[in-house]
Amino acid sequence: MSTLGQIAFARSGDKGSSANVAVFARSPEAYAWLVRQLTADRVEEYFRPLGVGRVQRFEVPNLEALNFVLPGILAGGGSRSLRIDAQGKTLGQALLALPIDYPAP
Amino acid sequence: MRPTLKIANASGFWGDQPDAAARLLAAQPDLDFLTLDYLAEVSLSIMAINRAKDPSAGFARDFIEVIRSVAPFWYGGVKTRIVTNAGGLDPVACGRAVRAELNRAELDHRKVAVVTGDSVLDWLGQHPECANLETGQPLAAVLSRLVTANAYLGADPIAAALQDGADIVITGRVADPSLTVGPARAHFGWNAGDWDRLAGATVAGHLIECGTQACGGFSTDWLDLPHTHDIGFPIAEIAADGSCVITKPPGTGGAVTVNTVKEQLLYEIGDPGAYLSPDATVSFLGLKLSPDGPDRIRLTGATGRPPPPDYKVSATYRDGFKAHGQLTIYGERAVAKARRAGEGMLRKLAEQGCVFRETLVECLGTGASVGGIGSRLDESELIETVLRVSVAADTEEPVHRFTRLIAPLVTNGPQGVTGYASGRPKVLPVFGYWPCLVPRAAVQPRWEWI
Repeated sequence: MSTLGQIAFARSGDKGSSANVAVFARSPEAYAWLVRQLTADRVEEYFRPLGVGRVQRFEVPNLEALNFVLPGILAGGGSRSLRIDAQGKTLGQALLALPIDYPAP
Repeated sequence: MRPTLKIANASGFWGDQPDAAARLLAAQPDLDFLTLDYLAEVSLSIMAINRAKDPSAGFARDFIEVIRSVAPFWYGGVKTRIVTNAGGLDPVACGRAVRAELNRAELDHRKVAVVTGDSVLDWLGQHPECANLETGQPLAAVLSRLVTANAYLGADPIAAALQDGADIVITGRVADPSLTVGPARAHFGWNAGDWDRLAGATVAGHLIECGTQACGGFSTDWLDLPHTHDIGFPIAEIAADGSCVITKPPGTGGAVTVNTVKEQLLYEIGDPGAYLSPDATVSFLGLKLSPDGPDRIRLTGATGRPPPPDYKVSATYRDGFKAHGQLTIYGERAVAKARRAGEGMLRKLAEQGCVFRETLVECLGTGASVGGIGSRLDESELIETVLRVSVAADTEEPVHRFTRLIAPLVTNGPQGVTGYASGRPKVLPVFGYWPCLVPRAAVQPRWEWI
């Protein structure tokens, strides 16, 4: 078992009460794996404890990246959220801790 | 063909490093432009509160210090011009303060322009049906509590002021990349229909708008970068075809690599095939990134199409009060002690009749930033945690009472409570964020000399 952070890097940020996490493959093989395995459903399930809505995934093959939009994950975001991370700064690091089976059969 | 245009960013947010502009000019006096971004989504509501106490506080005063720091370079012959959204709620007042500073520095001949027309408070007042972009809720629900409502203007008024010879252009709310697109349009004489070129400049503006984040700041591999105490601010060298090179001043820390640029490209982005700005709708899907020497990344292949028919508006409304209190708990079963102390304090307040619409107890050190997701930690092993308790209410009184109960935990809480040094927490006003769309016809961007 490894973690997503071993095959990818990431960056997250806020947009109102939503956030996005972009995940970038560290190799072409890793990108092919991400496209197959790191689905919107899987990311949504992972972030469900934070109250995320329906996650949208965008493929960005020229950057070997996937962009995930996470609606409603910031509990109001900006000025309203009570959380220590009201702006989703930590979500990229959180997703990189996702346990994965790589390479998968 | 016009030569390459060099635009650096010297501020990514309100509170960024105040000496960035002067340091950029010292390292690269041949820069054509500096852009300085001060406005996050709710910054204007903070300015509204400040202005209620002090009528001259409706803009980012930090910018006046920047002008002071840049003045000696101008006096010495440097030609760099400045475009900034430091005007916030009151670009005219900001312009006057800049004018006064320039006159003091015997730079009276420098031409200052301000862009206005972004406020749509009056228009929204007549349109209570206007829907929240995130929730679909009509504006009527919060109309009586609206504080600010500003459209993200585009590059048009900035480009116009620059073409007429402005040295400094001060705006209120504009789309962040437009601070870069404006100079590019003025310099290259692009038409409003040059979508691919406008798209390229929008990409350049998006990449540099967050200061050092394009040069290794905030990056996943930050620990592997050189001299992270002194990461350089980004420079976009834009060509006449809209392509650009992202780089940073020589001798600064951090790095500009394919990876640092990729990370910033998708920062705060929705659909990478349709990045929405008032200047163009941009696709990142044809972008090519290639190294062009040390700390230089070339970007080609941005494509653009006409922007949406509406302006995006960020409105804010008063939405009650909140406070956060923090203490450190050290010792055996620190997390269990912290949780009980935090929850006990909330219970006491409830027994006193305080009604909160929301409360939160976080034990920092346990992965609380993300609600414990992905943490493989056994909490009982932690010898130390920071207890952070937060409350929000519609009225100020219960929040005020909460702020009085943090310090007493030092004597009535468990052994090992410390870190109480900065006094009682502050009661903070809460601003709700209300994004919506307003037809272009309802907004009249304009600019004037100061």
